[in-house]
Amino acid sequence: MGKFKKSSGGGTPAISTASLPDIVFMLLFFFMVTTVMREVTLLVENNKPFATEIKKLEKKSLVTYLYVGKPKKKFQSVVGTEPRIQLNDSFARLQEIKPFIIEERTAINEAERPLMTVSIKADENVRMGLVGDIKQELRKAEALKINYSTKKGEVFDR
Amino acid sequence: MARSKRDVPEINAGSMADIAFLLLIFFLVTTTMDVDSGISAKLPPIMDQNVPPPPPARKRNLFEVLVNSNDQLLVEGDYAEIEDLRRLTRDFLDNNGKGTCDYCQGKKDPSSSDSPQKAIISLQNDRRTSYKMYVAVQNELVAAINELRNDLSERRFGSSYEELTKDQKKEIAADYPQKISEAEPLNL
Repeated sequence: MGKFKKSSGGGTPAISTASLPDIVFMLLFFFMVTTVMREVTLLVENNKPFATEIKKLEKKSLVTYLYVGKPKKKFQSVVGTEPRIQLNDSFARLQEIKPFIIEERTAINEAERPLMTVSIKADENVRMGLVGDIKQELRKAEALKINYSTKKGEVFDR
Repeated sequence: MARSKRDVPEINAGSMADIAFLLLIFFLVTTTMDVDSGISAKLPPIMDQNVPPPPPARKRNLFEVLVNSNDQLLVEGDYAEIEDLRRLTRDFLDNNGKGTCDYCQGKKDPSSSDSPQKAIISLQNDRRTSYKMYVAVQNELVAAINELRNDLSERRFGSSYEELTKDQKKEIAADYPQKISEAEPLNL
C-alpha cells in the first residue's frame, strides 16, 4: 500500500546536537567547583608519603606551602640532584625561609595570624636532616603550626 | 502593528559546544584535583637562653622512639617493627601506673607511665632517616592517641570522637593529650 513512503536515501536521521553545549557546560561547572587553581609550577619532584591520620587544611588563605624534593630533570644541570627547597616559583636557600614566612604572615589579616599554617610538602625520599633544618627555621620565624602534607593510604605497603 | 511580527533571525548556536569545550579543557589543564591534607603538628617555641630549662620528666614517663639512618626503630631500648608501634604506644599511654586515672584500661605496670597526662612521647631521628619513615612513625603515634580518644568517647558518650560536640572533644582531648616531643635530628 502506498501509505508508508520510504524515506529517500535510507540513511539514518541526524542526531540532534542541541543539548551538547548543556552537557559540556555541566562538565565544565563540575570541574570548576571541584578543583583548585594550580598555584605554582613544581620545580621539584613531589611524591608525598602515605598516612591515615590526616586532617584537611581548612582555610586556603591561611596556608603557606613549602616544597621540598629532588629538582626535576630539566633543572638538575643547574642546581644538581640534591633535594632543594622551593618557595613560590623559585629554588631557595634555608636562610630565605624566615623572611618568606614573615612576608606571608604580614599578608594575612591580623586577627587570623595565629591560625597561619605552614604546609610542608616534602618528597618521601627527602632525608630528615633537611626537614629538621626547615623546622628549625620555622621555629625561628615563629611559624609553629605546621602540617606534613601526605596522601591518604596505608603506611605499611612496602 | 505588523512591525512587531517581524521575524528575528535565529542565532546559530552550533559553535556553543566548541566554546564550552575550550573552556572545559582550559580548566582541566590549569587546575588540580588534590585536596590538601596531612598530619598536623605543633613545633615548640625557641627556648629563651635566660630561662632555665624545665626539670626533666621521669624516665618511666618517657616513651623513647629512635629512628636510625636505615629506617629501623628502637622503642624503649628494644628493636621494634613499625607495625607494632601503635600497640606499644597505646600500652604506654594507657598504662596508669599510679592508679589515678579512672578511665584508663592499662596494665598498671610501675615501670611504665604514671598517667596519660604525665606521659610524653619522645621522638628522635637521624639526619639520614627518610621522610617517608618519619611520616609513618608520626602517623602511628597520632593513630595510637586517636584510637584511645575514640575508645574513651565510645565508652563515655556512646559515639565516636569525630561526632562529639566541641566541649566533649575538649574533655576527651584533655584526658588523652597529644604530647609528642621531638629532639633535634642527630647522627645516631
